[in-house]
Parts: sequence; C-alpha cells; structure tokens
Amino acid sequence: MRIYKEFQKGLIKENPVFVQLLGMCPLLAVTTSVENGIGMGLAATAVLLGSNVVVSLLRKLIPAKIRIPAYIVIIAGFVTLIDMMLEAYFPALSQSLGLFIPLIVVNCIILARAESFASKNDVVTSVSDALGMGIGFTIALVTLASVREILGNGTFLGISLFGNSFEPVLVMILPPGAFLGLGIILGIMNWVIQKREEGSAS
Amino acid sequence: MSELLIIAVGAILIENFVLVKFLGICPFLGVSKKVETALGMGMAVTFVMVIASLITWLIQTFILKHFGIEYLQTIAFILVIASLVQFVEMVVQKTSPTLYQALGVYLPLITTNCAVLGVALLNIQKEFNLIQALVYGAGAAVGFTLAIVLFAGVRERLEYANVPKSLRGFPIALITAALLSIAFLGFQGLTF
Repeated sequence: MRIYKEFQKGLIKENPVFVQLLGMCPLLAVTTSVENGIGMGLAATAVLLGSNVVVSLLRKLIPAKIRIPAYIVIIAGFVTLIDMMLEAYFPALSQSLGLFIPLIVVNCIILARAESFASKNDVVTSVSDALGMGIGFTIALVTLASVREILGNGTFLGISLFGNSFEPVLVMILPPGAFLGLGIILGIMNWVIQKREEGSAS
Repeated sequence: MSELLIIAVGAILIENFVLVKFLGICPFLGVSKKVETALGMGMAVTFVMVIASLITWLIQTFILKHFGIEYLQTIAFILVIASLVQFVEMVVQKTSPTLYQALGVYLPLITTNCAVLGVALLNIQKEFNLIQALVYGAGAAVGFTLAIVLFAGVRERLEYANVPKSLRGFPIALITAALLSIAFLGFQGLTF
C-alpha cells in the first residue's frame, strides 16, 4: 500500500513541476514538440530511477558531509550512460534534445529526490518514488508540449489536426511561447484550486 | 577582433542564455524579486562562468582529449564546477569580506545553475579556442545579468499592480518573462 502511495504522490499532488516548480530549464526548452517532451521525460525518469536506486543502496555508506558531491557523481554517471545510449539508438532524438541531455545532471528534481527521499528510504520505496516523480515530470512536459505544438504548429505528435486553413500561432513554438504557455497553465490550475476552495467554504 | 565581437554580441543579445536558450531559469525566476539581489546574483555568476570557461577548456584540451576519455566530460565538468564554486567562495571570503557579504548567499547556488555547465559544454561543442571560449563565457554571463536585472526591474513594479488573483506570484512572472523574451526575439535579425 505504502509503495503505491509513494508512486502516486508524484503524479498530481506533489507534481515536481506544477506543484514544486522544479526542473524549469528542460521543461521550457524542449517542449516545442510532444515527441521531444516524451523523450526528455523518459530520459530524466531513467536517470532518476538509477540514481534513486544507487543512492538508496549506499545510504548507510555515504558520509553526511560529502553526500552532495557523492550524489552528483552518481547522477552524472547515469546521465553519461543515458546520453551514450540515446546517441546510439535514437540519434534523431539525441540531436533535437542536444545540450539538455548532459544538463540532466543539474536538473534539481533528481538531486532533490536523492537528498530528500532516496537517502532516507529503502530501495523498493525509492524505486516507486522515482517512477512517480519521473512520470509526473513527463506528464508536465507532455502537457506543455501539447499546448505549444497544437497551437504553434497545428499538429499533435506530428499528425496534422486542423487541415490547411489553420494559421499556426508561431510564437508558441518560439521561446516566448514556453513562458507564456506555462504561465497560463499554472494560472488555470490556481483558478481551479481557488474555485474548489470557495465551493467547499460556502 | 570582429569575430570575437560577433561571439560576444551573439551570446549577450541574439542568443540570450536565459530568454532564448532557457539556461539558468531557476535563479532567473527565484532571485529576481529585487534589482539589487538580481545584480548580486549576476555578478557572482559572471565571476564563476568566466573562470569555469577557462578551467573546463583547459581540462578538455589537456586531460580529456589527451588521454582520449572525452566520454567523462559531463562528470569531470560538474565536479570541476562544484569544487570551483566552493573554492571561489573560500577565496572571496578571505580576501574581500565586503564582496562575500554581498554575494554570500548566492555563491553556493551557482553549482546547480545549468547556465554554467551549459557554457562549458557549448564551448567544447562549438570548438572554440581559449580566447573565444573566454569571450563566449563572459558574453553569456553578461547576457544572464542583463536579463535577470531587467526582469527584476519589471517585477518590482508588478508588486504594486492589481493582478487577477489566480495569476498572482509565479504565473504572472512567467507571462512577464514571455514579454521580455518577445522583446529579445527582436535581436534575431541583428547582423554585422
């Protein structure tokens, strides 16, 4: 039961992006298409899974004073691994994510999970925590990427949605669209939460 | 000379690190409530970025390339940056307590600023020589400072604006950043 609870909290209730506001750089940078969003989400989930398992296994061996550098080395190791695998098996994806694959090292979500969860819990719960947070991050990436791709390009996963008469809102694909899209999504979420609170108060 | 100027202007305006390349978003959104603190953060980042450009370039050329272990790049660079930030912190503390007071809080935060690791990796990717790498690092840092200070200026005024309730705080900051980013898109057409 506890395992499921740790998994499920990352999806909505403690979503790393929408609630904790972590991992903004890759979120804003790679969400020009849904495909990139999914790729980035899965790559980050894989790194998170690996680092959570290793940190959890070594949690009694790593001295408290040097734990942050130790975590960073573990994370960097997994990032290098994923980077090489993507380059070998998915060269197109590796090309379009570019610089943001090595930059998973400094993604605050991963270090935050290592520090605040994996270093205090056993391997099985750490795995479910990593999967929950990773999928939560992927959900956020796909949500923002869908908004941007549908409005900015008129497609979803490369499939044309509106036919030729649709005039794409180009700015959504350009850098400003990332800020604008995320700002509006967060605004709508706040609005829904406030409506609900008002409903329960009256 | 003109080539270095193009690299610098490109890093500051045309491909602004924060608003066009999305590097260093966390401090950009986190430490931009006041112009003064934003400026402090900008200076600290400038300092670390230039030194990091220098050291990572030397490591790449004389150690990683020399021994053919380029695949260790990510691990080596992040360790260098983390220890560099620690080292800079200690040196500043010893030599100039006033500067340490001003930057103090922001220095340790820089390790997880992806703009620093980003600039180090881009220097290698773009195959810059040492001078070009230093100019690119400095330009990127000035671009970061410019963006964060401009943004902080707008946010100071936002404090007094009557923003719709559900957009208060983070959402309106992001929408402001979008407008700033649109303004920087105007530099895309800049050529020499």
